[in-house]
Formats: sequence, C-alpha cells, structure tokens
Amino acid sequence: MAQAVKTPRIPLDKQILMTVNGDEAVAYAVKQSLVDVVAAYPITPQTIIVEKFSEFVANGEVHTEFVPVESEHSAMSACVGAAAAGARAFTATAANGLALMWEILYIAASLRLPIVLAVANRALSAPINIHCDHSDAYGMRDSGWIQLFVENVQEAYDTTIQAFKIAEDERVLLPVAVNLDGFFLSHTLENIHMLPDEAVHEFLGGYRKIPKVKVDYFDEEVPLAINPARPLSFGPLDLYDYYFEHKMHQVEAMKRVPEVVREVNEKWYELTGRKYGDGMLVPYEVEDADVIVTVLGSTAGTVRHVVKKLRREGKKVGMVRIRMFRPFPHKELAEILKNAKVVGVMDRGISFGSYGPSFLEVNTALYDYKEKPLLVNYIYGLGGRDAEPSLVEKMFEELLKDAEKGVVENKLRFLGVRE
Amino acid sequence: MPAQTLPQIPIKKGEPAYKLWIFEPGWKGELPLILNPRQLAEQKRPAILPGHRLCAGCAAPIIVKLASFAFRGPTIVVNATGCLEVATTIFPYTSWAVPWIHNAFENAASTGSGVESAIKAMKKTGRLPYEHVDVVIFGGDGGTFDIGFQALSGAAERGHDFLYILYDNEAYMNTGIQRSGGTPKFAWTTTSPVGKVLPGKMQHKKPIADIMVAHRIPYVATGTPAHWLDFIKKVRKGIEVDGPAFIHALSPCDRGWRHDTAITIEIARRAVDTCYFPLWEWTPEKGYMLTDRSLAIARNPKLKQPIEKFVEVQGRFKHLLKPENRHLLKELQEWVDAVWEDLLRRATNAPK
Repeated sequence: MAQAVKTPRIPLDKQILMTVNGDEAVAYAVKQSLVDVVAAYPITPQTIIVEKFSEFVANGEVHTEFVPVESEHSAMSACVGAAAAGARAFTATAANGLALMWEILYIAASLRLPIVLAVANRALSAPINIHCDHSDAYGMRDSGWIQLFVENVQEAYDTTIQAFKIAEDERVLLPVAVNLDGFFLSHTLENIHMLPDEAVHEFLGGYRKIPKVKVDYFDEEVPLAINPARPLSFGPLDLYDYYFEHKMHQVEAMKRVPEVVREVNEKWYELTGRKYGDGMLVPYEVEDADVIVTVLGSTAGTVRHVVKKLRREGKKVGMVRIRMFRPFPHKELAEILKNAKVVGVMDRGISFGSYGPSFLEVNTALYDYKEKPLLVNYIYGLGGRDAEPSLVEKMFEELLKDAEKGVVENKLRFLGVRE
Repeated sequence: MPAQTLPQIPIKKGEPAYKLWIFEPGWKGELPLILNPRQLAEQKRPAILPGHRLCAGCAAPIIVKLASFAFRGPTIVVNATGCLEVATTIFPYTSWAVPWIHNAFENAASTGSGVESAIKAMKKTGRLPYEHVDVVIFGGDGGTFDIGFQALSGAAERGHDFLYILYDNEAYMNTGIQRSGGTPKFAWTTTSPVGKVLPGKMQHKKPIADIMVAHRIPYVATGTPAHWLDFIKKVRKGIEVDGPAFIHALSPCDRGWRHDTAITIEIARRAVDTCYFPLWEWTPEKGYMLTDRSLAIARNPKLKQPIEKFVEVQGRFKHLLKPENRHLLKELQEWVDAVWEDLLRRATNAPK
C-alpha cells in the first residue's frame, strides 16, 4: 500500500489527478517513458493498453514507432530486435498471447534486453476464459524475467515507469514483466496521481542509454547493441563450452535485482511520496500475527480489508503482499513469516499435480528455519472467480483453528469452488 | 563505372578485414555498386568472413557474400535459425563483419521489423548517426516457406523497409534433410524417403516468390549464385526500394541434394537452364520481368534444357532415372513446363 510522505519532490498538488483504468494507466506510463518501439497484438484484457497507445501515436503525442504485429510471438520478436538495436521497447499481452510469446521470452532475457512487458493477467485456455488468474504469469516463471505484481491502478502506473529504470540498470539488464490483474485492475477506474512528463523523463534519465562492454576485437569499450559503428553478433550458437557460463551471468544478474528494486522504490518515494514496502514485499499487520496470509496482485486489497476487520475483533492476523515474484525474495519473506504459527499462501493458479507456484517458494523460504510456521496453500479465483471478503474471512478462520490445533491436516485447499 | 573509395578505413596489409565494415558515426554517402568482375575481385568486401563452418560446396555463404557486395552502407543483418546462423556464429567466434542478430527460427521478419522500427525511432529523435541503416534478413526455406511464413507475411503487410533474402536449399538441412514446403516433388529427404510405395515427396514446391508478389511489396526477385551479376544487381535494388523486398535465391546443398561438392554452381546454372528455377524480378510498376538466362531462354526456346539435366546430377532424384519411373520424370517435366509457360504469359518482357 502506498504510504504518504511529507515532502515528495513533486508534491501531490503538482501531480496530475486522472481517472483511468489499469490499462490506461500503463499506456500513460509508457507514453511518458520515452519508449521508442511498441510492438503489440490485441488480446483481452490487455487491449486497452495498445488502443490507448495507438491514440497517442495517431495524435503525434509520442515519437514511438508502433508496430501492430500479426501475433504475440512477433510482438516479442520485434521487441527483441528493437531493444538489441538500442531502442527502449515495450509490449503488452495476457494469457494465450503470453503463452505464444513463451519461446521469445527466454531469448529476450538471455540476450539481456531491458524490454518491459505488461501482462493483464488472465486464465489460460481451455476452456477459453478471459478473466483474471495468474496461470499465465506463473507459466513464464522460469524464463529469466523479473516479475512484478501490482495491487491497484496507481501502482500499475508507478510500476510501469519503475520497470524501465530497473530493467535498464547496468547491474540488471533483464526484461521486466509488470503484472496487473485482468479486469480487476485492467478495466477498473481509479483516481490516480500521475507525474508531469518531465519528471518521468528525468527519473529515467531521458532516452535509453546503451551500456558499454569490452569485447575482444575492439580496443575500446563498445555499445552493447547491433550498431554499424562497432559491429557485434547478437544471439550466436553457444554450445556446452560456454552456454553454462552465460546462464550463470543471468543467475548473477538476478541476484543483483533486489538492491536495484529497493533503490528504485526509494527514489520513487522521494519523487512522488509513494512506495510499496521495500519494493519486493508489502507487509501489513505482521509484527505479532499468529496467522499471516501471502497474496499477489489485487486480492491484497480484499485481504487487507479482512485483516483490518479481524484485528478489530482482536484476532492476531496479518498479510504480506508479494510484489516481486521473480527473483523471489526468499530471505526477506522468511524473516517476516518465521514467527507466525500458520501461514496461508494464496495462489491464483496451480501447478497441476503439485501446489500453487508461490506455495513452493514460501516452503523453500522457510525450510532452513528450525522454528517455522505451518503452511497451507489456498488455490483461489481461477478463471476470474471473485475472492470476496467472506471467503477470505473463512480462510482466516480455518487458519486460526489450525494455529490453535498446531497441526495442518490438508495442505492444499481450494477457496470458493463448488464441491 | 568509375572507381570510388570504399569506407573510411581502407584495408591495410595485416589489418583485419572486418574493419572495412566499421562505419563511424556521421558516415555519409553510399558504397558503390561494383559490377566489373576485376574491380570486384580487387576491392571485394564480403560481410561474411572466412573461417565459418558451413560445408564445402554449400551455396549459402556464396549467396551471402554476393549479397554483401551490393550493400550500400551501414547494414544490419538479421538471421533466422538455420545452417547459415549456426555455422557462422559458433561462440566465441563470428564470421559476420556487419552487425548481426539471430533471434529464433520463425521470427526473422518480425525481428527485422523491430530493428527497422528502432532505426526509425532513433532517426526521428536525432539519435541515428547515419542517413540510413539498411536491414537485410537471411532465412532458409524452413524459416521462410513454413514456420516463418506468418512473420514474413505480417512484416510485408506492415511495409517495413527491409530486404528478405531466402536461401532455399529445399529442405531442413540443418536438422538433417527433412522435407519442407520448399522441397520439390519426388525429392528424397529423410522425412519423404523413397520407399516401396512412395517415390519421395508427394507435393510440389510452394510458389513462395509468387506469394510475396501477391503482397504487392515494392520488389520481388529470384536469383542464384551461378548468375551472380544478376543476383548482385537484384540485391541492390531490393535494398534501395522503400519498403519490403524479397529475393528467393536457390541454394544447392551437396549434403541434402546428394551432389558432388564441386558442382554447386553448375547445378544452380542447370536449375535455370531447365526452367526449374527461372530468373525474374517483379515490381508493381512493371510486373514480372525475366532476367539474365531466363530472358535468353524466353527469346530462344531452344536453349531450354530438359529437366533430366537438373535431376541427373543429384542423388535425391536418382530414383527418377530408373526405367520404371520414367512417368514420374515426365510428370515433373510437365509441371516445370506449366509453371514456365505461366511465367512467360505473365512476363512483360517475354516475346509474345
């Protein structure tokens, strides 16, 4: 949740109050971020992003080349080409479109291209369903992308701008996916505060800067781009003698992400007065909590509301919103959770034959602790099913009972599904 | 054509050849199109350097080398996955003297779209230190006829300014000679083997260049490394037009076609002599125009050779030469004749 600060560099009255939905917020953020190439293909519930952005292009409000590609596969491919040529590139998709991009997601990350992708999270087919869940985002978990999940429209705007800053940081150079819940955020109007254009330009340092690297056949450091001034080959064949080391570079880059996310979160706080926990985790009422629930995305708002209510009733409950899913902040999360009696892990997606993907992470985070909470996985909201407060409250009641008993019988539970 | 100076760094003895392709920011002008063979030999500037690991007898590097003789200045090459890509860029080495990018198999055209869009965006904002940067895409038949066709068709429809050169070795050679949409009828491949019932591939080659003509892009042409002058000229035209251009180059493959490594160029020549692979170019203004040897054959039909001349030197067709398979050869001849007659009817410069 955004926390107020007394004197941001751009005070609230100098920020622009707009009523927009999540998709429009992302489109405005991209517009202000001096993006050179946007390549995108329509898919619900992402489409408003590209529709809105097309208006900016049609009205000459941006310098951006808009590439209305013939598929999401080509959208990501064009972003790879554009980013390799030194451009700031953006695309947006959801569900099946993200699945179609899958091959190129890995290539974008492995070529270390700072592309930003907005995902309006939506269930995967079949059966075809246009509504929100996180199965699309979980599917790209291992692709080498940084994955951020936002809670509200304001955060969708803030995070899209931050994403470019994080991706292009020379310590990182990895693509970033900004996840906003389909319909719950993509199509829901909120009042948000936007920065003046110049403030965003300044925050990002203007157009994209190309990092320089040392390669064998040039004496001086050369721009890491396909560039006629210093020709490089991008995307060569890389066999067992080098591939592993290149993968290690990605591993190392991921390790450096948390410090950059933290810094960017702080800089944004100084600039706007808004910050999201430490940039990775957003805890709420966790200090003395017996029961803590972890959650991603917009459902955090509902969970917070229920926590507030239960706290008024004297129940020791809390919540952690996982804002950054990749790289996963295992240690930071474990430090928050370790003293609880029971932790409920909410997953809007499931790995069939296993648990929800974030449940596996929470288990991993806590495994090494001698004293640790019991863990329960709640699968909820698949295909856009609403996680209403009464359901969330029921979950907390169950978890409080588990805490009392000190034992968990059923680790994998389904919230809000007909028997 | 008068001799003109090459880029700012002339090759000095002992200096690496790639330096010729370094265009310092602010470079202006246009590289001359050298068509005089002697001058070309003296001033040659292939963008693909020796040391690559393509097979002896492979036509692909010849096609790339000839194409690069026609580059007019700063050029970015995009390469689809395939023999050319894997054999020229085995890390930590590269054979490419020009900036080069490989993304995946089916997306060379969309990757090229992205590169071209980046160039445009940089130019618009005064960040491009050149007057123009050309984008040339190389893809094989698998990456063009089949898996990459959607991306190519989409990029052509959107009108990006690039030249796509298809080097067509008529099968998935990189994975071990599997049939593709570019494989001709009756050719043996490892997935269209010659068996007791089936005499090789049972479908004809997809008319990919005609399909690109149907997109009504500014320039489409065919070429072979045997007709090198014709090919170089066509590449330059493809680069110079504003918008997408497509060149279909036949690329004999001694491993897949089962021919002697020394006769690659001869086979390409026979492909044209037999009208199996006619040479032409198409523009929206002039329509189909025959070029080089194919124009000569149109003017003097006696020059046209029977399809046996193309088939007899290739192991992939050897079953066609058996007496019991004469009817298959006849069918192939009839198909070649029908396609050629159709082309003659369409070609605006063919004698009527």
